[in-house]
Amino acid sequence: MRAVENAVGVKIPKNARLIRNLLHGAQFQHDHIVHFYHLHALDWVDIVSALKADPKATAALSDNVSNAPWGGANYFRNVQQRLQTFVDSGQLGPFTNAYWGHPAYVLPPEANLMAAAHYIEALRLQARAARMHAIFGAKNPHLQSLVVGGVTSVKDLTPDRIAEFLYITKETQSFIENVYIPDLLAVASFYKDWGAIGGCKNFMAWGEFPMNDNEPESLFMPRGFIMNRNLGGMKMAAQDKVTEHVSRAWYQEGAPQHPYTGETKPLQEDPKYRSGGGKYSWFKAPRYEGEPCEVGPLARVLVAYGAGKKEIQTLVDSTLQKLGVPVQALFSTLGRTAARGLETVAIGQAMPGWVMELVENLKAGDTKTYEPWEMPDSGRGVGLNDVPRGSLGHWIEIENKKIKNYQYVVPSTWNLGPRDEKGKLGPVEEALIGTPIADPARPLEVLRTVHSFDPCVACGVHVIDPESNQVYDVKVL
Amino acid sequence: MDKEKREFYERLEKKGVSRRDFMKYCTFLTASMGLSSSFVPKVADVFAAPSQRPPVVWLHFAECTGCSEAILRSMYPFIDQLVLEILSVEYHETIMAAAGHQAEEALHAAVKKYEGKFICVVEGGIATKFNGGYGKVAGRTFLEIAKDIVPKAAATIALGTCAAYGGVQAAKPNPGGYKGVGAALGIKTLNIPGCPPNPINFVGTVVNYLLLGKLPALDDLGRPLFAYGKTIHDQCPRRSHFENDEFVEEFGSEEAALGYCLYKLGCRGPETYNNCPIVKFNDGTSWPIEAGHPCIGCSEPDFWDTMSPFYEEM
Repeated sequence: MRAVENAVGVKIPKNARLIRNLLHGAQFQHDHIVHFYHLHALDWVDIVSALKADPKATAALSDNVSNAPWGGANYFRNVQQRLQTFVDSGQLGPFTNAYWGHPAYVLPPEANLMAAAHYIEALRLQARAARMHAIFGAKNPHLQSLVVGGVTSVKDLTPDRIAEFLYITKETQSFIENVYIPDLLAVASFYKDWGAIGGCKNFMAWGEFPMNDNEPESLFMPRGFIMNRNLGGMKMAAQDKVTEHVSRAWYQEGAPQHPYTGETKPLQEDPKYRSGGGKYSWFKAPRYEGEPCEVGPLARVLVAYGAGKKEIQTLVDSTLQKLGVPVQALFSTLGRTAARGLETVAIGQAMPGWVMELVENLKAGDTKTYEPWEMPDSGRGVGLNDVPRGSLGHWIEIENKKIKNYQYVVPSTWNLGPRDEKGKLGPVEEALIGTPIADPARPLEVLRTVHSFDPCVACGVHVIDPESNQVYDVKVL
Repeated sequence: MDKEKREFYERLEKKGVSRRDFMKYCTFLTASMGLSSSFVPKVADVFAAPSQRPPVVWLHFAECTGCSEAILRSMYPFIDQLVLEILSVEYHETIMAAAGHQAEEALHAAVKKYEGKFICVVEGGIATKFNGGYGKVAGRTFLEIAKDIVPKAAATIALGTCAAYGGVQAAKPNPGGYKGVGAALGIKTLNIPGCPPNPINFVGTVVNYLLLGKLPALDDLGRPLFAYGKTIHDQCPRRSHFENDEFVEEFGSEEAALGYCLYKLGCRGPETYNNCPIVKFNDGTSWPIEAGHPCIGCSEPDFWDTMSPFYEEM
């Protein structure tokens, strides 16, 4: 949509910008909670160990580390009983055959029970948080109120709808600050060694949340890139520096291309995994100035830090201090998981202000939500932003009022892309090097790093035991 | 009231859901399934005290996981109740803790243990060109997996437009030869299309199955009649504007603010069978036409090809 708006040269009205920012802010609040509790927590939290916890001691731990609105020995006893009933039924459902009891789990039973309780609370909270999307966006998932030129939800700009949105964003933020972040810090304090595992070298963010018509200058989460972990050397990123490489991907051979001239020609065959120098991925390999870059929460937080954004610097510095880890710990699996929580705090704290800006604008009599536009005979445009998983770019070329070429480079393509023709590793490949593995047949540690990127796909990781040379295939879901 | 049921209501109350609210939900669900009100207590029983949680094997093929996300947004029952107390989700790649070999083992163990008894939910289309080579999990093609597992299920639910009809990857030129589950396997499936489908229609179908021991009545496209029996247009609260020739011709216009009919902006409501206007999404918060956007026909077969360009009048 931003790519088409760029191509046709339409500027969206202020109300449309604010509503899009609010919808997108809600997406961050929602998705990061779901990622932490439901897609990542069980890599760190042993649910079965929670059955051994003392509910009283769990209540004390919870009072000590968290401001959660639920607690007390009875509460944790009920949660434990619910889990016990579930386990006793013999139907373990999604917890079947997992890694319970694995030596890489180090949380005490009480911390596991606390996290398990919040896993369940977060399941409910996320369903309520998703209502923010429905208020101005029709439904969640797959919003349906965004059109080239603005937004369609003009009838929803009423006091009751806006107040409801404000209430839910605050309710969600209360969970983020009083439960999610304390849980994150509590878990991280037991896994500080993961502050030296799973890091990448280069980072890139397109940035997101325009605060006025000036992009990228006004972006709340700034645009930029960092090479070789040089935070002080953060520079502005430009879309013309992007190329995509297919030498190791299941596409017909071709030179690296900028997305405007990019081609997507999948091999006309049953693609097979080819080791050695062969093709092994459906992902193309995106590069910035020829280099692989990690995108996502950590990249955004590092770019914001490097850009001198005060809210982010304060959050990052205080978190490093609380955990007693050096700044280098940011470049890691732990740093990535922590950055996701910290940016959620910053974005969620800004959202009520955006709601009030919308209210003030409406009060001043500006009810415009859409700017009309004409499709040109030809043209091209780019739309850059950052979504919860990372940097997203769309490129369109228009000819005879129709799409001539359309390419997008999405976050998981950046993070999970394969090697390029020079043999440079993709970010997840790079991050996995040196991961300690206690049991190659059950490599829980690999899941921690891969899941920390919040990949939008299933992928395969092949673990080779250096002693026996036995190859283990791990499917990461 | 027996102990299990009492405990269920106690748990609900602790969550701030009164027994009355819960019964209201069950009444709503019963009505949306087209059952008489005498079924309400039985619907409540399904949630309160299943004797054994029915096993579910959830397969992910070519999809975006939006259908799973939609089910996560289920309220009354919330997803934790669906997962912990109502169903037994034996295999679901997104939410299960195991990965790799351990996940594969869980799948095969569940299919073996519950052969002929489990509900198979399929999310996503199936590649058929190049021997199904464009879509694989753990080295096996979607096609092989579906051929292996679907015939062993008691019932298969194709959840979402991709599983029902192929979805976006089946849009022209369909490079991988994607098809819906029914077409790929040459069988009839129960289809709950939509991009994403409304979770209440999934829950309604499952409750129907648990309650009556059979699947709900279907139309000729395999869709439950309780949800897909009427067009959006016939149930649309803006219908009177259509009858009165009151149309929105440009987004953001005065007519848009008045909530006029979106037909001239390409609304596909007249051709689309779904209950969106009645049940709405996210706990009844809204739905596309309420948000001022034309229906794009996302629950109809091949809608990417047959319903587009989306903003042009039919």
